[in-house]
Amino acid sequence: MDSQQRKELLEQVDRFCQNEVLPHMEEDDEKGYFRPEIFQGFAQLGLTGLTTEEAYEGAALGYQDLCAVLEKIAHYSVPYAITLSVSSMVQGLIQQFANEQQKQKYLPPLASGQAIGAFSLSESHSGSDAASLKTTAKKVEGGYELNGTKMWVTSGGIAETYIVMARTGEAGPKGISAFIVEKDTAGLSFGKAEKKMGWTLSPTRELIFERCFIPEEQRLAQEGEGFKMAMAALDRGRITIGAIGVGVAQAALDYAIAYSLRREQFQKAIFEFQGLQFMMADDATEIECSRLLVQRAAKDFDEKHINQKLAAMAKMKATDTAMNVCTNAVQILGGVGYTKEYPVERFMRDAKVLQIVEGTNQIQKVIIARELQRHYQ
Amino acid sequence: MWFFTEEQRALQQTCREFAQKELAPVAEQLDTQEKFNEKAFRKMGELGLLGVTADEKYGGAALGATEATIVMEEFAKACPATTLSYLAHSILCVNNISTNASEEQKAKYLPKLISGEHIGCMAMSEPEYGSDAVGMQTKAQKKADHYLINGNKMWITNAQYADVIYLYTRSGSDKKDLTTFIVEKETPGYSVSKEIHKMGMRASPTGELSFENVQLPIEQRVGEEGDSVYHMMKNLDLERITIAGISLGVAAACLDQCVRYASERKQFGKAIGNYQLIQKMIAEMSTETEMMRSFLYQVCAQYDRGERGPVSAAQVKLALPKMATKIALDAIQLHGGYGYSREFPLERLMRDNKLIEIGAGTNEVMIMIIAKNLLKEGLKNG
Repeated sequence: MDSQQRKELLEQVDRFCQNEVLPHMEEDDEKGYFRPEIFQGFAQLGLTGLTTEEAYEGAALGYQDLCAVLEKIAHYSVPYAITLSVSSMVQGLIQQFANEQQKQKYLPPLASGQAIGAFSLSESHSGSDAASLKTTAKKVEGGYELNGTKMWVTSGGIAETYIVMARTGEAGPKGISAFIVEKDTAGLSFGKAEKKMGWTLSPTRELIFERCFIPEEQRLAQEGEGFKMAMAALDRGRITIGAIGVGVAQAALDYAIAYSLRREQFQKAIFEFQGLQFMMADDATEIECSRLLVQRAAKDFDEKHINQKLAAMAKMKATDTAMNVCTNAVQILGGVGYTKEYPVERFMRDAKVLQIVEGTNQIQKVIIARELQRHYQ
Repeated sequence: MWFFTEEQRALQQTCREFAQKELAPVAEQLDTQEKFNEKAFRKMGELGLLGVTADEKYGGAALGATEATIVMEEFAKACPATTLSYLAHSILCVNNISTNASEEQKAKYLPKLISGEHIGCMAMSEPEYGSDAVGMQTKAQKKADHYLINGNKMWITNAQYADVIYLYTRSGSDKKDLTTFIVEKETPGYSVSKEIHKMGMRASPTGELSFENVQLPIEQRVGEEGDSVYHMMKNLDLERITIAGISLGVAAACLDQCVRYASERKQFGKAIGNYQLIQKMIAEMSTETEMMRSFLYQVCAQYDRGERGPVSAAQVKLALPKMATKIALDAIQLHGGYGYSREFPLERLMRDNKLIEIGAGTNEVMIMIIAKNLLKEGLKNG
C-alpha cells in the first residue's frame, strides 16, 4: 500500500472510530459490553482480513499497514484493536501452516469479518512457561479427544474460530500440537468471564474441554508442531501489541497537551509550568522511539526477516511507554483525569495489560538477552 | 516501627483485625458496585476512631498524627477507598471542627460525628480551582443576620452521605478573604448536584455540591471572617501526612501479596521467586516500603512534637504516593494475568492509590511547596 492510500485508509478508520466507537466507550467499558456492530464496521472498511491473501477474501496488505491501522484504532479503544489484532494473527497462522482445504474453510469468514478468531495457549499453571501446558489431545478414531482447561482466551465466547494448543505427546515443547476448534463443538464450554482492571469489553474466558472430539482434518500441520506455531503467533503478536501501545500512548498525550493548554491555574495555562512541559517532552520522545521500533519490526516481518530481538524490544519499549505516558496523562489532567469524564483513566487501565500479554515484558527481556548471547557466541 | 509505644502497637493490632473482618471481605464487591461501606463506617464509631484527634470531652480519642496514620495504614491494606472516606470524615471534617470551631459548635456537631451517627465532609476545591484552591469563587455575602452562599464545590469525598459539611467560601475581594462555615445537609438551597464516577476509590463516594442562595445564620461561621487561610495552614500538614499513610498501606499489602505469590507460583518447573528478575522486584519493593514507613512515621513523630513544618509534610505526600503506585504496578506485573484480574486485590490497590498522587494536592503542587520553601531565602533578592 503506498503512503497516499494508507493515509486515506487511516482517515476512514479515524472517522469511523470518532463516530461509531468513541461515543460508546465510557459506558461499554463500565458495563463490559462488546458491540458486534463495531467489528462489522471494521469488516466494511476491509480491516478484518487486512493481511490475508486476496484468494481468501483478504486485502493482501502487510504488517506495516496493519500496525498503522491498529495504532489508529487504539487512539479510541485498545480492546477493539486487540480483537482485530488477535483475529488477524489467527488468520496469519492459518495462512502459514494450514492445508488448502483448511484455508478455504476457515479464512474467508474470518477475513470478511463474519467470524472472529481467537488463540488459546495459556493455562492456569502455564503462563510464561507455555511449554508446560497440560490440556491433552488423545488420538482416537478419526481425530482427537481434548480434555483440560485453557485460560485467558481473548475474545472467548464471541469468537467462532479458535486455535488451541494441546498436548499430543511427550512433556515439553515437542509434545504440543495445534487444532482449529469451532465454537459450537460438543464437549467445549466456556468458563467464567474474567473480571479485569481494563479491556473490560473484550471478553476473556476459559475454554473447558471435556471429552471434546476434534476431527483429524482440524489439526494444523503435523503433530508436535504446535509450539513452533505458538512462537510464530507471538512473532506477529509482539509487533501488533507494540503498535497498539503506541496508539494509546499518543492518544493519552494528545489529551494531556490539549487539556494543559486550556486549563488555567494561578492565572496561566498549566502548560506553561516546566514541570509539565518536561513530562510531555519526555513522553513525546518516548512515543516517537517506540513508533520507529514498531515500524522497523513490522518492516522486517513484511520482508520475511524474522527478528525476534527487535520484535521483543518493540513490544517491551512501546508498552512500557504506553503505561508511563497514560499514567502521566492522568496526572496532568489531575482530578478530572481520574474520573470517567475523560478517557485517560481508561487508557491507563487498558495499557497495563499490554505489559503482560504476548509474553510479559520480563519474558521479552529474557528473549532479548538470549538473542544477545547468541550473537556473541 | 521500633519507637511505637505499647498503646500504639495495640491500636495497630485493633485496626488490623477490624480491617480484616469488616473491610477486606467486601472490598472487591464494593469497588465493582461503587458502593460505600456504611456498615463498617458506623462501626468505626463504636471503636472510637471517628474522632481520632478530637477532644475526649466530645467522645474523641485525643491522639496525634502517629496514631491517625497507623489507622490509615492498617485500613488501607484492606480497602483504601473506605480509608479515604474515613480520612475525609475524621481528619478533613472532625479535626478541622475540633481545632477551629467554637465550644458551642463543637458541642453541637462533634458528638454525633464521632459516634458515627453523622458523616462529615470538607468542601474546598471547585471546578475551576483545584491546585489553585485559594482562588475559589463560592461566595459568602454578609446580610443583616445571615450569610448568603452561592457557588459549586467539586471532588467532595463523602458528599452523598454527608450530614455535616465543613465549607470554605470567598467573603471579600482580596485573594485571602476566605471564610469557613459549617453547613447542615437539610439547609434549603444546598444539594449534591452530581455524583462523580472514578477510576479507583470507587467505594468512596465523590460528589459535586451546589449552593444556591443558601442562608446560613452567623453562628454557622467558624472563627472570624477571613480566617480560612489560617485554618487551612494549621491542618494541611496533618492532612498530607495522614493521607500518605494510605499509600504506605497499599505498598505493604502489595509486598505481602507478592512474597506469597512468588513462593507459590511455579513456572519452568520452579517457584518464580527463584528467578532473579522476580527477586529484584521483591527486594526493591520491600526496601522502598521500609523507606516509606521510616520516613512517614518519623515525620509523624516530629509533627506530634511540634517540630516539623510544611516541607516535610509535602515531602511525604510527594514521595509515598508515587512510590506506592510504582510498587502496585510492579506487583500487578509480577502476578501477570492474575494481577490484572479482579481475583487479586492488586489492580484495585493500584487504581485506588493513583488518587493519592492527585487528591489533597497533586505531586506537582507538592513540588511547588517544597521548592518554594527551600528556595525562598536564596531567591529573595533576585
